Amino acid sequence: MTAYIIRRLLIMPIILIGVTILIFAMLQVLGPVERSALYVRDVPKNERQVEAIIRRYGLDRPFYIQYWNWLVGTVDGETGERVGGVLRGDLGFSRSGREPVIDVLIRRLPATLELAIWSMIPVIGFGVWLGVKSALNHNKLFDQVARVFAIIGWSLPTFVFALLLLLVFYAKLNWFQPGQLSTEFAQEVIKPGFTQYTRMMTVDSLLNLRFDIFLDSLRHLIMPVLTLMVIQVALLLKVTRSAMLEEMRQDYVTTARAKGLPEKMVVNRHIRRNALIPVLTVAGLTLAGLMSGVVITETVFDYPGIGSWAAAAALSLDVLSMLGYALFTAVLLVVANLIVDVMYAVLDPRVRLS
Amino acid sequence: MTAATDPVSLGAAEIDGGELREQTRLEKAIGPEWARLLKGIVTNPLSVTGIVLVFLFALIALFAPVLAPPVNDNADPMQIPRDGFRAEPQPPMSEWRRNTPQTVPWWYQNIWPRQEEWVHLFGTTSGQYDIWYGTIWGTRTAFFASFVVTVAATIIGVLIGALAGFYGGWVDEGLMRVVEIFVAFPFITGALILASLLTPLFGRSIWPATIALIIFGWTGYARQLRGDILATKERDYVLAARASGAKDSHLMLQHVIPNAMFPTMVRISLELGAVVLSFAALSFLGIGLPEGYADWGQVVSFARSWILSLDQHWYIIVFPGVALLLYGLGWNLIGDALRDILDPKLRGKKA
Repeated sequence: MTAYIIRRLLIMPIILIGVTILIFAMLQVLGPVERSALYVRDVPKNERQVEAIIRRYGLDRPFYIQYWNWLVGTVDGETGERVGGVLRGDLGFSRSGREPVIDVLIRRLPATLELAIWSMIPVIGFGVWLGVKSALNHNKLFDQVARVFAIIGWSLPTFVFALLLLLVFYAKLNWFQPGQLSTEFAQEVIKPGFTQYTRMMTVDSLLNLRFDIFLDSLRHLIMPVLTLMVIQVALLLKVTRSAMLEEMRQDYVTTARAKGLPEKMVVNRHIRRNALIPVLTVAGLTLAGLMSGVVITETVFDYPGIGSWAAAAALSLDVLSMLGYALFTAVLLVVANLIVDVMYAVLDPRVRLS
Repeated sequence: MTAATDPVSLGAAEIDGGELREQTRLEKAIGPEWARLLKGIVTNPLSVTGIVLVFLFALIALFAPVLAPPVNDNADPMQIPRDGFRAEPQPPMSEWRRNTPQTVPWWYQNIWPRQEEWVHLFGTTSGQYDIWYGTIWGTRTAFFASFVVTVAATIIGVLIGALAGFYGGWVDEGLMRVVEIFVAFPFITGALILASLLTPLFGRSIWPATIALIIFGWTGYARQLRGDILATKERDYVLAARASGAKDSHLMLQHVIPNAMFPTMVRISLELGAVVLSFAALSFLGIGLPEGYADWGQVVSFARSWILSLDQHWYIIVFPGVALLLYGLGWNLIGDALRDILDPKLRGKKA
């Protein structure tokens, strides 16, 4: 197992380097003149200025030199100081936000994390519960219904579902609103009396003992969480169900039954415990699904996280913001996958011993 | 097929429930595996529903000019005709005042005999794009996007997966790292960014989103085929063929690929449904397509300016949204049934 984990740890930097190369290669789709526009805050006035920028940032040099400059930064010819460099945390300047990309990312991240955490809990809970129950009721009514639900959930376009939620619960009933907080509370949380510890509204409001704000932020979270849940629950249900069915066919289950163990014990102690191992991998994938889902969900619900920022950046061709977002999510997923793989190795004796 | 290539078939008879029986005519014509597949698909109510749905959409795409006549012969049929430019959407069955198509379809006159005027059957979006037209012609966009993306992604994925699985060693190692790099991006994120970068290059058209979905869509096929090939390679009949001096290319084409093909088919039909959702999501966000292009995601996106009064403007979401759901559902139902039929672990059991 140790060898396996070490191997994974050694591969991770290679993947991360590959990710940065891929991101940088995508940027090469744009020509040097268009790319020069990414480095300036105002529109260059004439061609000579554009050429100066191209030369200054080496935008006409070979791919690998540009990549290196982008990664570690370049030395400015005039002032002699080192500028840029993704590895130094400089992701460039966001054109639409008019501030450094890294600052926008850090400011908007807590809201998305909050959304993702609140979604993860019901997704894993419901998904696993439904999957286990429909496997135990294999081919009975519950299983059939759950299966049809899974296929529909899987085919449901996120944005249509999100808009339907808005139609019913906002436009018609006005129970829940889009956004992160109601207007009156949104003004209150930026006042000095309210300390923003984590910038996650549900956590901060509790720490400030403001239960009214807590309830308000929960009310705003319900619709986006529901939207993110549908597809992910369907996915987790499918995987849990087939993992359970797979384990139920194994010899050790027959042995356990033959020994006269009560059915409850067979399910709880033997089947479910083993079936949940592959489910763990999918729970890791759920994070990837959520990070994909937040782009659409946050956009529809006007939620101030990194997903809606990425969608807006893509629309206004704010390339550096887009690449910053891509880099962030990719690194997040690579690390999450590593953690899942290691946990898998620790939990599954077949991997552990080989 | 000879007995050596397919362990299931034993000459003219097949083992079924421990008894030898004659092959049916169907099995003789297309082989036992395909016969089982065909039989399974037409007897499962879920997959039949799926086939009917896809078939209906194919008919709609085919007869789009009859169902929703273009304004005139010179207009680009994929561009939704607009009745003026007013912002306020109009409800279904409202009058079509400007830019009316020259012909009123015969089926419409037959249903409403007294009505000679062509109306907005599904209403209009803001900017007065006809929703009926967008929904009908959007079927063509859906078929185009899902087929082009799936075919291209399958070809790339199968090639890479086959190379990795068959040659193993450093080829496998290298290719699988490439796959992992692509998988590191959440699917929509990668496609979203690439599509928006490609838009200045191709202009606003169907291509940026299509190409972006291909480039981030092939990894699943590659991983799956590689796994299947690794499993097949160790089978006795492949080892036997290798021992008798068969060439690599022969082994690959004759033995390994045909056996690994069925799981890929399941994936293809599931992907046909998934791709159309991703494509619609991108065009919903406003990436790639020109404004007013007949596409379901595009039509739905017009609802975003009417969030406060969505209950009055429900028709902007519901009609194209249902089309999108049913199209995806059709392919997913087929794919789901295929998987159950082809899953060797469930074989021989009543599903």
